[in-house]
Amino acid sequence: MKNKAEVVIIGGGVVGCSIAYHLVKNGCKDVVILEKSHLASGSTGRCGAGVRQQWGTEMNCRLSTGSCRDLENMNEELEYDGDIEFHQGGYLLVAYTDHQVDQFRKNVQLQNSLGIASKFLTPQEAKEIVPHLNIEPLMAATFYQKDGHCNPFHVTQAFADAARRLGVEINTFTTVTGIKIENGAVKGVYTDQGEISTNIVVDAAGGYADQIAEMAGVKIPSYSERHQILVTEPVEAFQSCMVMSFHHSTYCQQSPQGSFIMGLGDFNEPHSHEIMSTWEFLKNMSDKITAMLPPLRYLRVVRQWAGLYHMTPDRTPILGSTNQCKGFEMALGFSGHGFMIAPMTGRLMAAHILGLDHPDLDILNTLNIDRFAKGNLFVEPSVV
Amino acid sequence: MKNIQPDDTIICRCEDITRAEIDAWIDKGITTIDEMKRLSRATMGPCQGRTCRQLIMQEIALKTGKPISEIQLPTFRQPLRGITLGAIADMELDEEGQPREE
Repeated sequence: MKNKAEVVIIGGGVVGCSIAYHLVKNGCKDVVILEKSHLASGSTGRCGAGVRQQWGTEMNCRLSTGSCRDLENMNEELEYDGDIEFHQGGYLLVAYTDHQVDQFRKNVQLQNSLGIASKFLTPQEAKEIVPHLNIEPLMAATFYQKDGHCNPFHVTQAFADAARRLGVEINTFTTVTGIKIENGAVKGVYTDQGEISTNIVVDAAGGYADQIAEMAGVKIPSYSERHQILVTEPVEAFQSCMVMSFHHSTYCQQSPQGSFIMGLGDFNEPHSHEIMSTWEFLKNMSDKITAMLPPLRYLRVVRQWAGLYHMTPDRTPILGSTNQCKGFEMALGFSGHGFMIAPMTGRLMAAHILGLDHPDLDILNTLNIDRFAKGNLFVEPSVV
Repeated sequence: MKNIQPDDTIICRCEDITRAEIDAWIDKGITTIDEMKRLSRATMGPCQGRTCRQLIMQEIALKTGKPISEIQLPTFRQPLRGITLGAIADMELDEEGQPREE
C-alpha cells in the first residue's frame, strides 16, 4: 500500500469506484481506494439492481438520466471484458390512492420537462404491460421504457478495472481505523495496514458513511437502516418490467437470468447497521407480492439477504465539501438509490475535487450538506 | 489430483459455470466465495451452492496455496431449501417471528 496519495477514497462500492475512475480519467495521478472487505461487498452488492429515472425531484431525475446514458455505453466506454447486463425493460409504478395519483401526475410532468418520456396510464393500460398484475384496487400507473435492470457487481468491477488500468491503487480487506486531522484539515488516513498521508479524503462508505464522518469529527444528518430482499428460482421470462408500489413499499423485477428479485421498505425498521435476515420479512413480502402479482405464489424463494440504506432527511444524497473539515469530501446518504446514480456521482465528484467545469455541477452544489442548515431540502417523494 | 479434470468440467450445475471460468476469476485475484458468486454467478442458482461451493473452495485452495479453512465462506440464511412465496404467505409466524409449527 502507498503511504501517500492525492486523494484517498474510503469505500470500494460502485460510488467509490466511479469517483476513482473519473478522477484519474480527468488527470488526477494518484488515487487510492480503501475497502474493508471486497469490492461491492456492502450496499452496492446487496441492492435490488434496478435503474430508474422516474423520480419526483429535479435533482434525482437529472442524476439518474445522466447515469442511464453512461450505463448504455459502459461496456465500450470502460472497455470492460465482461458485461454489465443493462436491460431496459421499463419500470411500472402503481398508484392506489388519490394522493399517489396526484403525485404521479406531478412526477410525470416534471420528468417529461427533463426529457424523461414517462407516461401516465390507466389500470387497463398497466395490465397490458404486466398481464398478471392484480388491478382491482389500482387507480393509475406510470411507465418509462428506458428504466430497467443492471448488474451492480459488474458495474463496480468495470469501474474498478478501468480505474486500475489508469493507475488507481485499490486496497481491499483494508480497514480504515481513523482520519488524521490537523488544524481542521485532513492530513491522512490510518488503516490496519498502515498510514497514508493525503489532503483529500472521500467518504463513499455507503451504510458506514456515518462512522467515517465521525472519525473526521464531521456531523452528518444521515443514518443507516436495514432493507431486506429476496430472490426466487429462475423461470422463463414473463414479466418484462419492474413493478413498484410506494403504497405497499415494494418492488419486484424479473432479472435477465429469469429469477425474480423483490424487496420492501419497513417503516418500523430502527436506525442501525444490523443486516440480519428475518422470517418477518419473508412473510410480509410474500403476503404483499402474492396479492399484487398472484401467479408469483408458485415461485420458490431460494435466498434472502439484507443491506443498508443510508438515509438523509430529504432522501437525496449529500455531495461535496463541508466547512466542518477541509479536505473531507462526501458522496453519501444515497437513501437506497446510490447504484443507479453512481455514474453521474463519479463525474460530478471528480469535477468538483479537481476544480473542473461540468454542465451539471450545479447539482452537486445544490446537494451540499449546508442545505440542511439552510432548510433547502429536496424531499424525494418516491422512495421504496 | 491436480490435473485430472479438464477445464470444461462444469463446477456449478445450476448456472453452467466451468472450471476454466472459475480459474480465470481466481487468476484475476478473486479468492472468496462471495466475490466468486457475485461475479461469475456460481452458487446463485436453485441449489444455492450446495454442490459447487466445496468445489470452488478446493479450486481456490489449489490455485492460491491457501488452506481451505482460510477461505472465507458466505453467510448461511433461511430458507434452507426453496419454498414457494404462496407457502410462505399461507404460513403463520409465532410471537418470536418464527414459523409456527404445525
